Amino acid sequence: MAGFPPAFLSSTSNSFVELARSLAPEALPRDGARDLSEQSPEGTTIICFRTASGILMAGDRRATIGNLIASHSMEKVKPADDYSVIGIAGTAGVALDLIRLFQLELEHYEKIEGARLSLNGKANRLAAMLRGNLGLAMQGLSVVPLFAGVDEVTPHGQIFSFDVTGGKYEEHRFHAIGSGSGFARGALKKLWRPELDQDQAITVAVEALFDASDDDSATGGPDFVRQIAPTIFTVDLAEGVTEIDSAAVLTTAAEVVDRRTRTAGA
Amino acid sequence: MSQAPFYVSPEQLMKDRADFARKGIARGRSVVVLRYDAGILLLAENPSPTLHKIAEIYDRIGFAAVGKYNEFETLRQAGVRYADLRGYSYDRIDVTARGLTNAYAQTLAGVFTTESKPFEVELVVAELGVTADADQLYRLSYDGSVIDETEHVAIGGQADAITASLSGLHTSSLDLAAVFNHGVAALAAATRSSLPTEDLEAAVLDRTTHRQRTFRRLDETTMAGLRED
Repeated sequence: MAGFPPAFLSSTSNSFVELARSLAPEALPRDGARDLSEQSPEGTTIICFRTASGILMAGDRRATIGNLIASHSMEKVKPADDYSVIGIAGTAGVALDLIRLFQLELEHYEKIEGARLSLNGKANRLAAMLRGNLGLAMQGLSVVPLFAGVDEVTPHGQIFSFDVTGGKYEEHRFHAIGSGSGFARGALKKLWRPELDQDQAITVAVEALFDASDDDSATGGPDFVRQIAPTIFTVDLAEGVTEIDSAAVLTTAAEVVDRRTRTAGA
Repeated sequence: MSQAPFYVSPEQLMKDRADFARKGIARGRSVVVLRYDAGILLLAENPSPTLHKIAEIYDRIGFAAVGKYNEFETLRQAGVRYADLRGYSYDRIDVTARGLTNAYAQTLAGVFTTESKPFEVELVVAELGVTADADQLYRLSYDGSVIDETEHVAIGGQADAITASLSGLHTSSLDLAAVFNHGVAALAAATRSSLPTEDLEAAVLDRTTHRQRTFRRLDETTMAGLRED
């Protein structure tokens, strides 16, 4: 009989990953490659913190292979669905695949069940997917995501960090991942306050990423020549996920650079 | 002593099955899908706020069904699985209503001829085109037969009455409010009842949205705002 494969009609799972694993395993990222870590582009600094209304997540745009810059304009922070965002540091190819798969996992659940997963449910699902990726991590192709969002139960938002083994940790104020994360976190320690409004939050994000790019060669700063700004997303219950316009981010970045130039000159 | 095998002609067998399916479908309330100037409206008479007859399959594809809930729910989920797997393997724009309709038609036809009982369902698969002339409406019957419609399509027990009352109407040139009211009037006329707004289920595939997923349910407040009667 043609038509749907029998598994489409008889499956009881609401997980897209499980469906793909049983019906189209070749479509999924998989193990088998060895020692690719030195030839694969890697992504770098992602920051995330609480604001007065919800969450802000931002990431630089650079990807590197060894000491070369592989991309000036890679987007490492993406909406996972209407009320959550995900940012990934690590091997770019695996990271982008994981983001695409995770976005689809949430959409698939929502359509099959007719309801969204809770924020904690999404974070647990992501942890399970990372655990499934452990084989790749052992070969040096590791990815570490940062996940944040809001739902009705936690309207002020929650931030989750992960490790390559699938460990999930809730962060209560701010967090940064990637090679420049130490510098960004140092900046956030000084600049972050719980009641930041949208404009203040964008400035803090640009400052923290600027500090990361200042000291970490694998993190890109704002690029005024190509007009490339860091990716910034905000999430709150009223508006859902919103991407901040890159022109606005560049304006803020120019102000930050101006202020720092004046301070250095004085 | 074994009973002598008795002969049933294929014509009789198919007729019995078709009558059986039609009777099941006729018991349920109807659904109507109508194009409007900026999208496609899916409208159902459905007192339940949670057991949906209208659903999202993919970015630009909507699904409407009448008949036995467990059967069309199985088909809806199969459609979501088909669309998501195809979109992930190729690209999101490679998921089309025509491909999905073919899969539904094959499955319905297979069940109709080989299983002990046919599916007691009728479906509509609607795809929102990038431009209005690329909109597609497919109506699928319990036996797997497919009809494509241009302006509006009704399914369920009162489908003929609804189609008759909408005939000659070029809904694709009217706005959402006008089309919504025509749809509600046709559903109400077919059942000879007044149809309170809480007994309606509606959703649109919206060409004007900036989101990738164009399917949007209309809540009771929105529907009440659109109604004129």
